[in-house]
Amino acid sequence: MNPWEQDPILDLQHLTMRFGGLLAVDDLSMQAGRREITAVIGPNGAGKTTVFNCVTGFYRPSEGMIRLRHADGAEFLLERLPDFRIAKLGRVARTFQNVRLFAGMTVLENLLVSQHNELMRASGYTLLGLFGLPVYAHAERAAIERAKHWLDRVGLTSRADDPAGDLPYGGQRRVEIARAMCMEPELLCLDEPAAGLNPRESEELNGLLLRIREETRTSILLIEHDMHVVMGISDHIVVLEYGRKIADGTPQQVRNDDRVIAAYLGVDEDAVEDARAQVQP
Amino acid sequence: MASPSRIDLAAALKDAAVAAAIALGLFGLLVGLRTEASSTSELELLPRPLLLAIMVAAVAAGRLLIVLLYQSGAFEIDTGRFISSDTKARIVRLSRFAGPALLLFALAMPFSADRYYLDLGILVLTYVMLGWGLNIVVGLAGLLDLGYVAFYAVGAYSYALMAQYTGLSFWACLPVAGILAAFWGVLLGFPVLRLRGDYLAIVTLAFGEIIRLVIINWSSFTGGPNGITGIPRPSFFGIPFIEGEGGFAQTFGLEFTPLHRIVFLYYVILALALLTNFVTIRLRRLPIGRAWEALREDEIACRSLGINTTNTKLTAFAIGAMFGGFAGAFFATRQGFISPESFAFMESALILAIVVLGGMGSQVGVAFAALVMIGGFELFREFAQARVLLFGMAMVAIMVWRPRGLVATRDPSVFLTEKKTIPAEKVAEGRT
Repeated sequence: MNPWEQDPILDLQHLTMRFGGLLAVDDLSMQAGRREITAVIGPNGAGKTTVFNCVTGFYRPSEGMIRLRHADGAEFLLERLPDFRIAKLGRVARTFQNVRLFAGMTVLENLLVSQHNELMRASGYTLLGLFGLPVYAHAERAAIERAKHWLDRVGLTSRADDPAGDLPYGGQRRVEIARAMCMEPELLCLDEPAAGLNPRESEELNGLLLRIREETRTSILLIEHDMHVVMGISDHIVVLEYGRKIADGTPQQVRNDDRVIAAYLGVDEDAVEDARAQVQP
Repeated sequence: MASPSRIDLAAALKDAAVAAAIALGLFGLLVGLRTEASSTSELELLPRPLLLAIMVAAVAAGRLLIVLLYQSGAFEIDTGRFISSDTKARIVRLSRFAGPALLLFALAMPFSADRYYLDLGILVLTYVMLGWGLNIVVGLAGLLDLGYVAFYAVGAYSYALMAQYTGLSFWACLPVAGILAAFWGVLLGFPVLRLRGDYLAIVTLAFGEIIRLVIINWSSFTGGPNGITGIPRPSFFGIPFIEGEGGFAQTFGLEFTPLHRIVFLYYVILALALLTNFVTIRLRRLPIGRAWEALREDEIACRSLGINTTNTKLTAFAIGAMFGGFAGAFFATRQGFISPESFAFMESALILAIVVLGGMGSQVGVAFAALVMIGGFELFREFAQARVLLFGMAMVAIMVWRPRGLVATRDPSVFLTEKKTIPAEKVAEGRT
């Protein structure tokens, strides 16, 4: 039995998503292990982002079940929750393929917005905060400390007071991850975190993600095209093609799977077998 | 466009000729012909070729001048050339004092002004308050509300009707008027806040009209188009502003003058406006205010961070409406008479114009815009016919030169080491 099947944080069963006549995700079942890095890969249009949007509640799946289980045993059926509740109750954070920061707010403000629900509680749903009670000041200081911690992790402490829109692209990607981590999520979903990064930056990203896995209780689910990132850090890889799962296993297993190679080369499986036969007689 | 400093006379003449032709077409019937009742009371057409020729010539000459100036590069103004970054920094530093200076002026005004300026001050402050109230909805949360006057009306009628039917005092009715307006804000908000941008604007516009029509047609309750008269004037916390026994003047050993009430009203609206300002500034630094601004920037990202966007929008709507309601109650007690005419769409448009001109989200900008718009409008009272035209032109000019309003920069709500003002072009405008 694979490690991710023993105590999965995320369990997808028969997930299907139709857009009119288009079958974007077709009967997908997969698990993401607790405190592991799980990668979903596949050619363009394979349905990876659709899976993500179903998990984070931005789409409601046509069929299937998405079960999230926290470390403390709390269970959530994500297909039944609206998106903001998945983030709030399920503690699922996400980033976006094309970065979605609050560009007109400072980096620090961005990181505080992500701690909204906690701060709202501390401010007595605004009423106590309005009268300047110290409870809120305390909570805000703690929130800023947490933001500082993650800014330090992503190496952007010096840019904390700059508008988020002023940062270079790589910096914005890191802010988005820091913003998500400020929610102290159980599950962090990263939609192509390495897209548009140069090799050095994507190396740093690997380090950051590994560190998150080591130092926090957050499990990571990521979509990625950059094979360096995927193969370098993933514990478990799921490969999609045309909305179907074609492979599921450790990086080693997936790397040598004929169907995966065929899908990525855009040829038939037989062609890969033939090629193998020629290379290794 | 021709490259600067190369004058192409032929093109300019051609352009002027086209402009003249358009002017001829436009003015030909409007100016060139005039109908007049003759002595036999028949309609006669009087051609006025000379006037027409003069106007067309003026247009052609003006166009020629503009094109030539364009070609010579006179319009290519580089602000950096006039205003060095040094001066700019000085202006920014000076603008920090704009708020306190305006406040001091507002506080000291009643001591030196006569009745006319006091009334004008009250009017301006009412619009400052309305602008600040709407600023929460439009400027912070980015929700375009074209029916803000509805909440103003709800507040005014709440006070007027409550005073009429229950006889409660202004100070007892004021919170109720605000709460009722907020309640209507929530009631309107529930169905419409899932709409975005233009659609939201249209529905709020319709809501504003609905409230007005209900007031007009429910005449058994609201007095219909005749309005409500004899709304009680505010007292000095129970002491009425009357001459003689028990009046304000006698109680405090002053000589009676009707000005006392005006001064009191002035300070009431100043206090209400400052309350709006204080609450807004406070809210901006609380999670709810940050969520509003985040909502303006990116709604989808907000939802991914666990923010209930519907509730967040509703609070913005309700709080904005509440201040509109307060202002309405004040309006009713100041006027002593209200009718549906005071709550036409023009009012909504005027308040929105104040917010947009002042710079969405900026408190000082909105106050300044209200002062300029309402005060300026009053000053040009003598040129009754031209003042709307003048103001239209002024607004176009401001929107061309400062498309994001007078003060469009954004002050961060929190900072780690250094507070840096965020330039206007980074800040998102209300789209959601």
